[in-house]
Amino acid sequence: MSKQRVIVIGGGLAGLAATMKMAELGMSVLLVSFLPVKRSHSVCAQGGINGAVNIKGEGDSPDIHFYDTVKGGDFLAHQPLCKDMCHHAPYIINLMDRLGVTFNRTPEGNLDFRRFGGTLYHRTAFAGATTGQQLLYALDEQVRHYEVQGLVEKMEWHEYLGAVLNGDGRCVGAVIHNLRSGEISTEKGDAVILATGGPGLVYGRSTNSMVCTGTAVTSAYLQGAKYGNGEFIQIHPSAIPGRDKLRLMSESARGEGGRVWVPRKAGDSRKPKEIPEKERFYFLEERYPLFGNLVPRDVGAREIYDICVNDKLGVHGEMKVYLDLTHLTREFLDHRLGGILEIYEKFTGVDPREEPMEIFPAVHYSMGGIWTDYTRTEEGLIDHQSPQNQMTSITGLYAAGEADYQYHGGNRLGANSLLSCIYTGLMMSPGVLNYVKNVPEAADDVPEKLFTEATKQWQEKYAEIKKMSGNENPYALHREMAEEMISNVLIVRENSKLQATLEKIDEFEERWKNVNCVDTTDWSNPVPSFINQLWNMIQLSKIITKGALLRDEFRGSHYKPEFDLNQPSDFRPESYLEYEKQKAAGKVNEEGFNPEHLTYMKRFAENNVKWLKSTIATYQNGGPDISYEAVDTSLIAPRPRKYD
Amino acid sequence: MPDTITFKIKRQDSESSGSYWETFVIPHVPNSNVISCLMDIQANPENSKGEKVAPVVWECNCLEEVCGSCTMVINRKVRQSCSALVDQLEKPITLEPMSKFPVIRDLAVDRSRMFGALKKVQAWVTADGYHDLGPGIREPQNHQEIAYKLSECMTCGCCVEACPQYSLNNNFLGAAAISQSRLFNMHPTAKNIADERLDTLMQEGGIADCGNAQNCVEACPKSIPLTESIAEIGRQVSGKLWSNIFQA
Repeated sequence: MSKQRVIVIGGGLAGLAATMKMAELGMSVLLVSFLPVKRSHSVCAQGGINGAVNIKGEGDSPDIHFYDTVKGGDFLAHQPLCKDMCHHAPYIINLMDRLGVTFNRTPEGNLDFRRFGGTLYHRTAFAGATTGQQLLYALDEQVRHYEVQGLVEKMEWHEYLGAVLNGDGRCVGAVIHNLRSGEISTEKGDAVILATGGPGLVYGRSTNSMVCTGTAVTSAYLQGAKYGNGEFIQIHPSAIPGRDKLRLMSESARGEGGRVWVPRKAGDSRKPKEIPEKERFYFLEERYPLFGNLVPRDVGAREIYDICVNDKLGVHGEMKVYLDLTHLTREFLDHRLGGILEIYEKFTGVDPREEPMEIFPAVHYSMGGIWTDYTRTEEGLIDHQSPQNQMTSITGLYAAGEADYQYHGGNRLGANSLLSCIYTGLMMSPGVLNYVKNVPEAADDVPEKLFTEATKQWQEKYAEIKKMSGNENPYALHREMAEEMISNVLIVRENSKLQATLEKIDEFEERWKNVNCVDTTDWSNPVPSFINQLWNMIQLSKIITKGALLRDEFRGSHYKPEFDLNQPSDFRPESYLEYEKQKAAGKVNEEGFNPEHLTYMKRFAENNVKWLKSTIATYQNGGPDISYEAVDTSLIAPRPRKYD
Repeated sequence: MPDTITFKIKRQDSESSGSYWETFVIPHVPNSNVISCLMDIQANPENSKGEKVAPVVWECNCLEEVCGSCTMVINRKVRQSCSALVDQLEKPITLEPMSKFPVIRDLAVDRSRMFGALKKVQAWVTADGYHDLGPGIREPQNHQEIAYKLSECMTCGCCVEACPQYSLNNNFLGAAAISQSRLFNMHPTAKNIADERLDTLMQEGGIADCGNAQNCVEACPKSIPLTESIAEIGRQVSGKLWSNIFQA
């Protein structure tokens, strides 16, 4: 058989982890990236990476981590994958330590851990407040070493346009656009992995980097791959407003003791430090005595929305609240949060060690992504040798990291994204190589014609884009579309607005056809690429919006007040487990339950029958066709979430 | 508050063509940074003469000063354009590409030489494998604090742009790579090839090319103690020279 290789698209944590692992196993890898991989979006992750190492002797364990993850995701995550990931988390943290990540240390020299949202344990390893950057650098260094040894070839400044599919619909390569010369060509690969991150730019300004357009996965969807759980978009409770982007203020600020509050009096014009303690409303602490400021992100974002919009208590009457660190010492803050405090100070001119920060919720992460498969074992873990792991519905096309959809359900826990990225990259590698070893025909032996035709098709498409001479500026059109998404498909969702947005998106699609390619030169011209990306973002916004419109329930980040089951405030989730147990045994002793609770539990169970399923979007007749698929919830029984 | 801002931008259409200045006058919007203004130009690419022109090409990604992409020379000072807040800058604002790297187009330059330098100094840990080998080596807090600071280097290029010794025509490794050598030479396992790193740093383009101007440390946006790193590597190189003499 000819010499084989795997193409990895994207050089963030997932792409680099897969590249490094496959190279270790002896496979040649072509690593394609929009920009030098060291500048990938993973650098923006701040707070840390989760793993139940139990360094503080709190009795933490991978199974508790697993439970917190599944509960945090409102039971929509695929449990065997989550279980396997949480059980591998301590090993991944140790590995990253061995690879040189400068994690913070305890006095004894062990790795230090801090608290994060959605858990009561110190489970988050961290390197100051630039953990993502540090993890990425360690993997980047390993991959550079393999590059020197000749096992990895990098194509930076290149963009993935689409998969090359053979007559059986199997992926045998990728169409690649050189962002400098403008040349379009194909690369042969026996498997292609999309590790291309999330789609924050669909919302214009988010906490995401400028490359996060979701274009690569959308391209796969347009080629027939299934897309899962598109409507589950995480809104991070704390970001710093900005004209170009909404910069993240890490959850670790709260993990280290930061307190969220607003003045009790609406429109209070005093400076925050002039407002006495008793006139401050620490609303998260009051409403969630158990988790306090560390409720999961979906809960936090909704509470901030509620306090600002419904109670009108936002700072200066705006959608903003205080995040206060001023009770902590300067030395402590610099040591554990230095990087993010410097960022806040640089961009706002205010020293957060002296003045409470003003923060607000922003689009942060997509729990949804391209549909991928896996093979579970009897014990509910993952068979790491299976070629199905992380494979999309297109044979030979894989996805990893934020680009996939299975790990975070309806809401991701903070510091689980760095984990899921590295985990998927490492976990999938043996299976991908097993797939590659057994392909019926090596990509190198596929008739050349298939590749020349794919090249030609995309060359023609780009030539058409360059000829576009309408009167819409693509960048201005993107801004308008993003405003629509921000206004209507965010924290609180209403069917009438979602329906109107879908119609609006159709209008944007029509207007796209009237775009002007404002730069038609060949050399290093980003405009044609952006026009293509904009088309894909329009398609992706349809997946998100239609998924949201059709899902008539409240789960995780997807909040529709109209379908809120209104959990009674004195309800305990244990009652539901008892209720389910009795139901399974054949008879429910209804008198044994509080009537209000019983009504709620019946509605909860009914709702799960209908909606505890993955949303699947497939491209048909110019738009997403939505269907639903079962989720493996066999390891932890679904139950109502509660954090107070 | 003025209602417009003037940008003078040094442009270049390709690697080989000559450069020219173009002026853009855009509406002033509060809380702008240089990048949001470049985005405004993209959305309405018209120069001060009212001519439709190609949008300005520049590099950026994270927009929060951790990726290193958007480095350029702003009002004669090298820095990231994301953290260059317009209201704090003197007007008109001049934007130029970095001068120590080949220009790709407009404000975008080719910094692959910096990544090449990381290969030369072998800036990595040599691992036995990526399987489960248990925890790494315990390290004191003060050691981590030094290493973390060095590890924040985002290969942005500010240090070498400010350096009088680093030029398009020589092969000086530059402060960033020297500082990374120090980082790996202090790592408990990566130091096993410290000698090989020092060998590289003793060759042409190595530590001897540093002229001690100390501009690098001033220019570093992350306040990395680059001159300390250079001094430390200088000490290590001297030590090695001495031991080489005694071994000979």
